[in-house]
Amino acid sequence: MTFLSALESKGSRVAAQRPWPRVVVDAPTWRQAVIGLAAGEATLLGLWSDGEAVHLALHAPEPPQLLITSLPCPARRFPSVAIAHPPALRLERAIYDLYGLEPEDAPDKRPWLDHGRWGMRHPLGVPEPVPAEGDTYAFHGAVGPALHQIPVGPVHAGIIEPGHFRFSCNGEAVVRLEERLGYVHKGIDGLMRGASLDRAAKLAGRTSGDSTVAYATAFAGAVEAALGLDTPPRALFLRALMGELERLANHFGDIGAICNDASFSLIHAHCGILREHVLRVADVGFGHRLMMDCVVPGGTAVDLAAAGAQAIPTLMRTIRRRFPELVELYDSSASLQNRTITTGTLKQPLARQFGAGGFVGRGSGRAFDARKLPGYPPYDDLRFEMVVRQNGDVDARVWVRIGEIAQSLALIEQILERLPPGPIRAHEDLPAPGQAREGLALVEGFRGDVLAWVRVAGNGTVAHCHLRDPSWFQWPLLEAAIEGNIVADFPLCNKSFNCSYSGHDL
Amino acid sequence: MRKLLLESLLKAPLTEAPPSPDDGALAELAQSLERASRRRLGRSLAIREVDAGSCNGCELEIHALNNAFYDLERFGLKFVASPRHADVLLVTGPVTRNMREALERTYAATPDPKWVVAVGDCALDGGLFSGSYGVVGGVSAVVPVDLHIRGCPPKPNALLKGLIALVDG
Ligand code: SF4
Repeated sequence: MTFLSALESKGSRVAAQRPWPRVVVDAPTWRQAVIGLAAGEATLLGLWSDGEAVHLALHAPEPPQLLITSLPCPARRFPSVAIAHPPALRLERAIYDLYGLEPEDAPDKRPWLDHGRWGMRHPLGVPEPVPAEGDTYAFHGAVGPALHQIPVGPVHAGIIEPGHFRFSCNGEAVVRLEERLGYVHKGIDGLMRGASLDRAAKLAGRTSGDSTVAYATAFAGAVEAALGLDTPPRALFLRALMGELERLANHFGDIGAICNDASFSLIHAHCGILREHVLRVADVGFGHRLMMDCVVPGGTAVDLAAAGAQAIPTLMRTIRRRFPELVELYDSSASLQNRTITTGTLKQPLARQFGAGGFVGRGSGRAFDARKLPGYPPYDDLRFEMVVRQNGDVDARVWVRIGEIAQSLALIEQILERLPPGPIRAHEDLPAPGQAREGLALVEGFRGDVLAWVRVAGNGTVAHCHLRDPSWFQWPLLEAAIEGNIVADFPLCNKSFNCSYSGHDL
Repeated sequence: MRKLLLESLLKAPLTEAPPSPDDGALAELAQSLERASRRRLGRSLAIREVDAGSCNGCELEIHALNNAFYDLERFGLKFVASPRHADVLLVTGPVTRNMREALERTYAATPDPKWVVAVGDCALDGGLFSGSYGVVGGVSAVVPVDLHIRGCPPKPNALLKGLIALVDG
């Protein structure tokens, strides 16, 4: 019996949940799950609350592959996961901030998303009014005679999202970095409650704008699982096409921005051109440059326009002609490689422990890609390779992206060849299920696996939705990867991680 | 690298012809800005971008303004790293409660005369996120706004049209 199936047998199965099992467990079984996570028997995929219970999603390669264990919290507390398994720490702090369910014996009790500005505590639990004066935050810091601190943010120098970084430095060397996030917390969990599926899909697609297709696909997948809908094959292929275009656009943007942070603006300029080409083709093909609101529960909102179908092969030729020159330039510029090789190294055990997704995990030897495992259509029918590097430095994360661009091109070719005819939407109006149903989906966005869990109420509105960005498990690793590097290399390391603020802050 | 550079020299530039300023933007600016302050700022403006809570979609399109197709700098508009160097604050997102003070402080740190351009449907009135406990509302709920550029996110061309109106108006 595998670890997950043993856990599954100890709980009582929730019939409403699809496609993976969810079991309600007691506190001792919950603790067993935590011990298993700490021992590496499974990977933490998510930890969230609906206000009444806490839900822990676990992943392991053997069947059932994915399991949700739920612990009801009538006393508004639950045994801490982070006490044994640090990757859960910020998720737990967020649960307490939003829902007021307290992780017992948690190693860090500081608020995370709650900055003391909402005029209340636990807005989605039992709200307690408080003055919106702002909390002071006790940074960990580091102590020693030669150390000094550098505070950065929330407003940064570039055109990027807001967050605060506190560096403790010894001369140029970073001794400790501590992040403080939550600045762009919009309350998406709260806005989802009671929202129609249409509105909820729009919100999901605006959780992190750069991954709008991935989020919309994950949300749609969760709803379709919950309602037991068969998504038309053409819609599945169109989603994959949009997903790969999104990956291309972001990878070009990232590679360019990383090189720019190493003062190599030539590659930045050319990558910017390639990115723009991709966005224009997306616009021609689907009517929106970022393809927002194109994926909806039940299918897709738009079909590929004829002009788009023509523009894509041209785009692929352009990329195949221009991108190899840029790769060669990256590979042969000593001044650039001097900055990226051995910089910001993320050790493999940490990447594994945190279940780091995307180029962060795959750059540090963690061979995980939600398109492969657990896998979802149409990717199970398409040929592509997972790109994995072992070194864990900025350079490795660049090469993963370079490799994935080639894979995305190959995927797009197959998708266009095999794009099935037929409808793009199963139903104009989705059926109301009559009773509450639940679904979960895991979708590989450009930065890693996006998890969506949804509970659809009997009347067809969203009772609860949780969206977990891959950044939850990547942000803490940036703190580890920067240690011992010089402050001037932080932008480079940060760009190579490119974690989402909005997706994380919700 | 030489080949790339040489090609760039020989090939026609990718940069596209500038769009004409947006009429709506010109009208909104005419109401909000005194001609005198416009003359003082002249034809070259330093822009500081502030994400006050966006989903990051707006930032992506603002970024695109720097690529070879749109090349914002040819209009005398450039992005700067500090509000102290800025004439224009380009603000995105619904203003979150957690970002309100940072936006107020950034505004206070920008020397007069200054303009505020609110970018995106969220910046107009909070958009899809309005009504949340975590959101104050649009940008004008926190600092005075001179120009709104709509869209979710606005396309780079729409951003260009609005921004050109600032220098051409
Ligand atoms: S206007 Fe649209 S793209 Fe811009 S921040 Fe709001 S949701 Fe995101």
